[in-house]
Order: sequence, then structure tokens, then C-alpha cells
Amino acid sequence: MLRETASQTAGPYVHIGLALAAAGNPTRDEEIWNEMAKPEAEGEHIEVVGTVIDGNGDLVRDAFLEAWQADANGAYQPEYDLKKPFNSFGRTATTFDHGSEWSLKTVKPGQVAHPNGQPMAPHINLAIFARGVNVHLQTRLYFEDEADANAECPVLSRIESPTRRQTLIAKREEIDGKVCYRLDIKLQGEGETVFFDF
Amino acid sequence: MQDHNKRFVERDRNWHPPAYAPGYKTTVARSPQQALVSMQQASTSELTGPDFRHLRMGSHDNDLLLNFRQDPAQGQGLPVGERIIMFGRVVDQFGKPVPHTLVEMWQANAGGRYRHKNDRYLAPLDPNFGGVGRTLTDEQGWYHFRTIKPGPYPWPNDPNSWRPSHIHVSVMGPSISTRLITQMYFEGDPLIPLCPIVHTLKDADAVETMIGRLDMARSKPMDCLAYRFDLVVRGELQTYFENQ
Repeated sequence: MLRETASQTAGPYVHIGLALAAAGNPTRDEEIWNEMAKPEAEGEHIEVVGTVIDGNGDLVRDAFLEAWQADANGAYQPEYDLKKPFNSFGRTATTFDHGSEWSLKTVKPGQVAHPNGQPMAPHINLAIFARGVNVHLQTRLYFEDEADANAECPVLSRIESPTRRQTLIAKREEIDGKVCYRLDIKLQGEGETVFFDF
Repeated sequence: MQDHNKRFVERDRNWHPPAYAPGYKTTVARSPQQALVSMQQASTSELTGPDFRHLRMGSHDNDLLLNFRQDPAQGQGLPVGERIIMFGRVVDQFGKPVPHTLVEMWQANAGGRYRHKNDRYLAPLDPNFGGVGRTLTDEQGWYHFRTIKPGPYPWPNDPNSWRPSHIHVSVMGPSISTRLITQMYFEGDPLIPLCPIVHTLKDADAVETMIGRLDMARSKPMDCLAYRFDLVVRGELQTYFENQ
């Protein structure tokens, strides 16, 4: 069996390659970016926002994130096509501008079944890449207002410490009448986000 | 669910660099202290991923010699530097080609300067070089780019740290489990063994997986040299006897 190509950090300038607009550079006709749901997409339209924070409590202002989620009906839509109202995949980033927050415009995902047959609570899979991160960090964003589903989720339950489960739960906010969920990702130390191996 | 019949070969996290690698100083405050939580059994969430065959690409998206030209009408405006073809094949750990997968890359120019506002290195920007490319692998897993060989650049790690020439490479593969970002280095570059980021890897064989090889057969006489860089993503297996 061949060995996997080794991972390396995405480095400080990942944005010029994978987040052209965030780098302030000219964009191509079609870019993979953070508008996963167009206004006509089915489901509850939400914005998901957050920061990335390092072990000193400082903002990580050069992170790049990828999101992968089911649609409102709990189905993944692998075929990425900007003509469709919804795409399961999205990208976002933090930069030295815009308050150093990442954001995704999407719809709230439906439930997806775990192979053991139980439903998993609605979640968005997130991968975090940045300077100083040698292998991208994989996590999940869950929703505060899905407490019952979260309590039953076979993946959340795998996290031994109930305190640590809370690091994956995005808080519901309303900004100008729009539903918004916030999840700050802490790379290290107190309140450190749970990261998965799969 | 059909996807539950799949699984990917476990990622060997001793082969990959550890999160905490203090020789590369930025990792010190950006590495988790807690253990990763193993999923044990991957679900559809991990076993699926995006397919970019419907992403509309420009005709020069994989040609960095042409995709940032200031004045193409005049037949002028080629970037300065060593013209190279960078190509290779994306396969999985069983040697199976990974067709139609997105390969992206970004890099500095010939002088080691990135087109990014935070890069304040005194080497100048090249007005005809952007440094970004993307393409899909073909039916057999092959990809090609045409570009300029990037220059090394200094960075504030140790008092005199220099990155070897490198191209950042991003590959998706068949699912988010195979997602990988790495860097291609150039065969024979004496800066490779000095680099704290390369040194995050413990195994010299793992470093070898990141080295692009000069390939004279694929070079174009009187035009450009070629470097081959194959990418290996996690192997895909069927799980025949799950829960039986």
C-alpha cells in the first residue's frame, strides 16, 4: 500500500490560492466561496459566523475554513454547481479585515443517519487550515436550539467530557431579524474546541 | 445508506507532522493540547465530499504563464522566471487513479514574493504573475499546470529562516476524509533539509512524498522544463461485513 502524501501547513498566504476575494485579489468567473445557499434555497436561511482563537487568546487572522453539510432535508449534495440554489460545500476565511470573523450563508442542515441507524443531530462539518496548523483540524458545528437531538447524537456522545461537547455548540443570535449562529473555534487551551480524527 | 459500505484507510498521524512542532514556532500556540476524538465509525458526513465537475473554469486556470497577463493583446506580458510544467497523477493508497478531482495550487513569484498584501518582502511583484492555479484531474487521475518556478523567501521563524522553493498544493479526492493540503518542493534544493516546516515531519520517507522530480521527458525543448509531483490520497475500501 502506498503512503499518503504528507500534509503541510497551508501557510500565511492560503487566501491567494483558495480565497481570492478575501486576499483582495482579482477573482475568476466562478469561485468556491461562502454563499452555500441562494435566497431561493429550501430551508431555514441562516448565517454562521465565528472567530478562530489561538492558545494565547488572540485572534487567528489568517485561517481558511471549509464547510460540508447536508441540505435542509438531510441529504448531501455532492455535485458542486453555482447554478443550484444550494451547495453542500463552502469556503470561508478570517483575515486582517472585517473583524477577523469567518461567515457562511447557508440553510440549517437536516438530520443525517449514523451508520448505527440513529440520527445524528444537525451539524456542519468544518475543516480549519492555517499557518501553524500542520494537518488541518476537523470539527463539527452543532446548534444550540437542537438540544434534544444533540443529547442523542451518537457522535457528540463519543466525546467523553460533557464540558468539551459544549465547544461544538453554536449559539443562536438574531441580528437585524436574521438568524445567526456563532461558534468561536479555540485551537488550544481553556475551552479548546473538540477536533476529530476520522 | 450506500456510503456506509465505504471506508478510508486510517490516516497515519505519525507519518504526518504532529500539531505541536516547536521548531516551527507558530504551531506552539496553534496546536490543540487535547487528544483528537476518534469517530470510530465514519458516517455519510465524512465519507462524502464535493464533486467539482460542474465548476466552470477559465481556459487558463491551470496556466500561470497566461492567467495574470497585463497586456495579452500585444502578445507581451509573460512573467519573469524559469518556465516549468508541473504535472502528476492523483492516486489513492492502492494505486487507483482519482479522476475528476480538484487540484489547486498557489505560490510566490520567481523572486519569492507573494501577491498578498501581508507579504512585505522587498523582492518585487511581477506585474504578469498572479500565482494561482486550479484544474481537475482527467479520467486517469492526471493533472497539469504551467508556471514559473517560485523563489525561496525569508520568514520570521529563526533569525535566518528561508523557505525552500515550494508550491502549495490542495487536493480534494473523493471525500472530505481524503482532503489534503501539502507543499511541493523541488528535487535537489539545499534549503529543504534546513526548513523548520519540512522538519515538522519525523520520517525522511514522508519528506520524499513532497518532492517534485525533474522530468526531462516531459519538458519541452527550447521552451520549459517539467517537474512531476504525484499525490497519494487515502485509500478507499469497501466494508463487506459491517454489522453482520
